[in-house]
Amino acid sequence: MATEMTGREPVYVWEAPVRLWHWVMALAMVVLAVTGYFIASPLPSTPGEASDNYLLGYIRFAHFAAAYVFTIFLLVRIYWVFAGNKFAREIFAVPRSMLKPSWWGGLIDQGLYYAFLKKEARSYQGHNPLAQAAMFFMYLLGSLFMIVTGFALYGEGTGMGSWQYKLFSSWVIPLFGQSQDVHTWHHLGMWYLILFTIIHVYIVVREDISSRETVISTMVNGWRVPKP
Amino acid sequence: MTPTFYEVMRQQGITRRSFLKFCSLTAASLGLGAGGATKIAHALETKPRVPVVWLHGLECTCCTESFIRSAHPLASDLVLSMLSLDYDDTIMAAAGHQAEAALEDTITRYKGKYILAVEGNPPLGDDGVFCIPGGRPFVDKLRRVAKDAAAVVAWGSCASWGCVQAARPNPTKATPIHQVIDNPVVKVPGCPPIAEVMTGVVTYIVTFGRLPELDRQGRPKMFYSQRIHDKCYRRPHFDAGQFVEAWDDRGAREGYCLYKMGCKGPTTYNACSTVRWNEGVSFPIGSGHGCIGCSEDGFWDKGSFYDRLTNIKEFGIEANADRVGATVAIVAGAAVAAHAAVTAIKRARSAKSNEKVEK
Repeated sequence: MATEMTGREPVYVWEAPVRLWHWVMALAMVVLAVTGYFIASPLPSTPGEASDNYLLGYIRFAHFAAAYVFTIFLLVRIYWVFAGNKFAREIFAVPRSMLKPSWWGGLIDQGLYYAFLKKEARSYQGHNPLAQAAMFFMYLLGSLFMIVTGFALYGEGTGMGSWQYKLFSSWVIPLFGQSQDVHTWHHLGMWYLILFTIIHVYIVVREDISSRETVISTMVNGWRVPKP
Repeated sequence: MTPTFYEVMRQQGITRRSFLKFCSLTAASLGLGAGGATKIAHALETKPRVPVVWLHGLECTCCTESFIRSAHPLASDLVLSMLSLDYDDTIMAAAGHQAEAALEDTITRYKGKYILAVEGNPPLGDDGVFCIPGGRPFVDKLRRVAKDAAAVVAWGSCASWGCVQAARPNPTKATPIHQVIDNPVVKVPGCPPIAEVMTGVVTYIVTFGRLPELDRQGRPKMFYSQRIHDKCYRRPHFDAGQFVEAWDDRGAREGYCLYKMGCKGPTTYNACSTVRWNEGVSFPIGSGHGCIGCSEDGFWDKGSFYDRLTNIKEFGIEANADRVGATVAIVAGAAVAAHAAVTAIKRARSAKSNEKVEK
């Protein structure tokens, strides 16, 4: 499921919904990480009457609103797996790609390249196998984990009759033991996604400079263009 | 003929007026609506008194201490009369063989009809030698009495989750009761549970002849469906972002939210913030101390009572999520920087060698 670059022709890789999803997702993640951190470790107290202030309330509101945006865009993105082009499928099809030896070959090849043991990596139109693996195991599974644990915690506030509680809290909290453990793991999940973001941003910038095709502009205009 | 609850109460000198007050209070706390009080009164007047056998395993008796301080005087009298007539090895008048005979008598005479209430839990380590009531390991007694019980109630966090004796590394292998018996168990966790919650659960069972509606972990929904945080009177300060930052600061005097002092209210399911303690006088947060989450599974093993972020033992070190996460992020950042540096050097070198080739 990884397509290598064949000629020197530009390829239309990321369709508009994928690009829009990417940037909305990125923004939502920033909002979620910052507000989430301040929910766990609140800012210094605000002075005055409680009725005149709603700081943590607003922070929590931003967190929950961004979480809904994050979730809904991921659902739309999953729809696009079926409606979009073959590149829209790549990061979701990793378990199936893992059955093919050629995919593993590409993964090892890319790993050797990043370990400076190989001078050139193969060029891919969409994601290379290593990137696919990172997208699947770090971004996708990490996001799903955050959505499930996040809604489980949210459902505690909306109460036992709510769909959030029935769909998530009712089984997630007993699974982890108690609410406190879900909080801890949700918090660790944030750091997991931050780790992903550090690696992702670094690799993208690095490849944009050193590879033979465009990388960052591809997520803006959709085209993978071989550099002159 | 076994007397009804009402008859027993009248014998104890309880007036009909205070009997009805108890019924209304209990109906309200059970959330039964307008007709609830009449139903309870009717059941207690007509149904024969249900015998209760109260077993004590590995425990500290704080559940009993809480129970006999049930706010409404009648409630404690009600259940105390029930218990003194049957079996409770801590507060019954009989002792030794006499007491054991009372137990035998109750479980044979009321086979399949009595309620088993368990305080504490059985330690399974070393064949159960860490808890030997009446010369036998407690787990044997528990299993034998549970076999013919109509309902089993787990009093407190010990019976429900394991509590302090099951805290890491749990040397005696103290085990919550639902793991050693086959009966459905109503868990009434707390260390101790609130007295009104305890009498409420017993009253529900005897009134309706069935267990109250339970959540997935076996707790009665009427008392354990909301967190302390959801009904906390300091909640407005939480939403406003006003916190106690130190025990003696202005925030502490103003009654700000105790979240930063490690209050476990947001993760603890119990009725303390509504029912409160000691005849509704107060509860921990009302006294200026955070909730320690005593009704939650494994609350002894979640690190300090004064930290919101709990310790993670899975990594083999004492660290919280922020310390683990920040360490990983710093290591990743350093790795990225190193990788970038190597990349830059390699590129510079290959550029030089390319120049040479071109020359």
